[in-house]
Amino acid sequence: MQFGIFSVGDVTPDPTTGRTPTERERIKAMVAIALKAEEVGLDVFATGEHHNPPFVPSSPTTMLGYVAARTEKLILSTSTTLITTNDPVKIAEDFAMLQHLADGRVDLMMGRGNTGPVYPWFGQDIRQGINLAVENYALLRRLWREDVVDWEGKFRTPLQGFTSTPRPLDGVPPFVWHGSIRSPEIAEQAAYYGDGFFHNNIFWPADHTKRMVDLYRQRYAHYGHGTAEQAVVGLGGHVFMRRNSQDAVREFRPYFDVAPVYGHGPSLEEFTDQTPLTVGSPQQVIEKTLAFRDYAGDYQRQLFLIDHAGLPLKTVLEQLDMLGEEVVPVLRKEFAAGRPADVPEAPTHQSLLAAAKKETVA
Amino acid sequence: MKLVVVSAGLSVPSSTRLLADRLAAAVGRRTDDVVVQVVELRELAVEIAQNFTNGFPGRALAAAIDAVTGADGLIVVTPVFSASYSGLFKSFFDVIDKDALAGTPVLIAATGGTARHSMVLDHALRPLFSHLKAVVVPTGVYAASEDWGAAGLDGRIERAAGELAGLMNGLSAAKPVGNDDLEVVPFAEQLAALRATG
Repeated sequence: MQFGIFSVGDVTPDPTTGRTPTERERIKAMVAIALKAEEVGLDVFATGEHHNPPFVPSSPTTMLGYVAARTEKLILSTSTTLITTNDPVKIAEDFAMLQHLADGRVDLMMGRGNTGPVYPWFGQDIRQGINLAVENYALLRRLWREDVVDWEGKFRTPLQGFTSTPRPLDGVPPFVWHGSIRSPEIAEQAAYYGDGFFHNNIFWPADHTKRMVDLYRQRYAHYGHGTAEQAVVGLGGHVFMRRNSQDAVREFRPYFDVAPVYGHGPSLEEFTDQTPLTVGSPQQVIEKTLAFRDYAGDYQRQLFLIDHAGLPLKTVLEQLDMLGEEVVPVLRKEFAAGRPADVPEAPTHQSLLAAAKKETVA
Repeated sequence: MKLVVVSAGLSVPSSTRLLADRLAAAVGRRTDDVVVQVVELRELAVEIAQNFTNGFPGRALAAAIDAVTGADGLIVVTPVFSASYSGLFKSFFDVIDKDALAGTPVLIAATGGTARHSMVLDHALRPLFSHLKAVVVPTGVYAASEDWGAAGLDGRIERAAGELAGLMNGLSAAKPVGNDDLEVVPFAEQLAALRATG
């Protein structure tokens, strides 16, 4: 099982000091967080993609390429790559380039984006969101799998005799996750291709996450990629830890109360009761995260959100220390226990390459 | 038969709830085996507001939404605020899925300090429930303060209740069966649809 972190990349004032980091500070902080993730033994760093303030990560492969040069093992991913408003040709090129630079330590998560104006800014129509995700991804797959592509669709200019370069590393396209919170169409898309499905459950009650993951698993089996239990599932998580849970609550509350997205809403106690948010001791984080398996089944990737709402870099790095030293080693052991042998790990470049070679030999 | 009453009255006791109860009783007298459940929006006000900020309903609100969307008939009663339904009343129906009330018989009613706002039934409530594809009974019931001491309210209650009971009995077979499963269009169809229009 893979453990990692995902960042939204928001530039948010620290409510305890009133100070807002500069864009440069925030970008450098994201890199520091990614490097720390590798140092403490996590497997994955994923960055969001946004095209409006107060967010900085508009250019994920630039950042991930820089992180790739300074890491050895970390898998570089996205949360998410906008399959609706990016040109699929540019996604094919950018991520194949990143694959070569990172020696295959790359996968990506497709998302539609939830900021209405981004669609018109990039020449698209939000009412076509699902159709854009379907058509663009179908093209992206062909660009990575066929050396010469002739293509015509509804949303972009046709291609005649087009070759996307560089070709994917070792002829193996990056593994793709599809992220969606409430669209059954996207769970269906992930199932159809046998791709991964990531449910960013962090602001949602468990029963909702369960319905979406169950749907994906059933459809994955329907399309003959394996059993429902073998489908490739990723989940989010949202934690703030201190040795004593009272200290965690006291320190995090001012950030929670005014946080983007969920601030000015329910109390911290109500929110932790109803969603995956855990504010407390490392042991509490372990217990809550292990409970995800009760409703999502044995899954392959767990990403934590730890660097939002204006938390200072120093605090985030302390969170990573605790994740790496106290939480993830226990989660690895506990999730492995009782996991059926035929439930696969998340695909990596090595495993996909090995599978491709085996297929060629066979 | 499941009759659900949504009352947006704010005071306790409230004349909005009083009107709601009279309507429910009148419908009950005309329908066999009717089970009445009352949803008091006052008790859900905070969860309704949080549904807007969070995107998902709290537990009590989720239960109320399930009751309303699973009803064979609805009685909805709001006080008139600023020449329309109250913000709380509208907010509750804003967090319900737009298709969830399709085909559901609804009796609309409102209370106000004076009779001058009685057209709120036809200018505000009826279009709202038409948008939600509910089947609104022809008679809406408006009760101004003065109506509680005058002749006529009873007759309107009885007529509206008769219409709702008739629709509940007649439409119960026509209402789509509730399906809690997520539905998908098979992916090949989704792809093919794009090719056909492309």
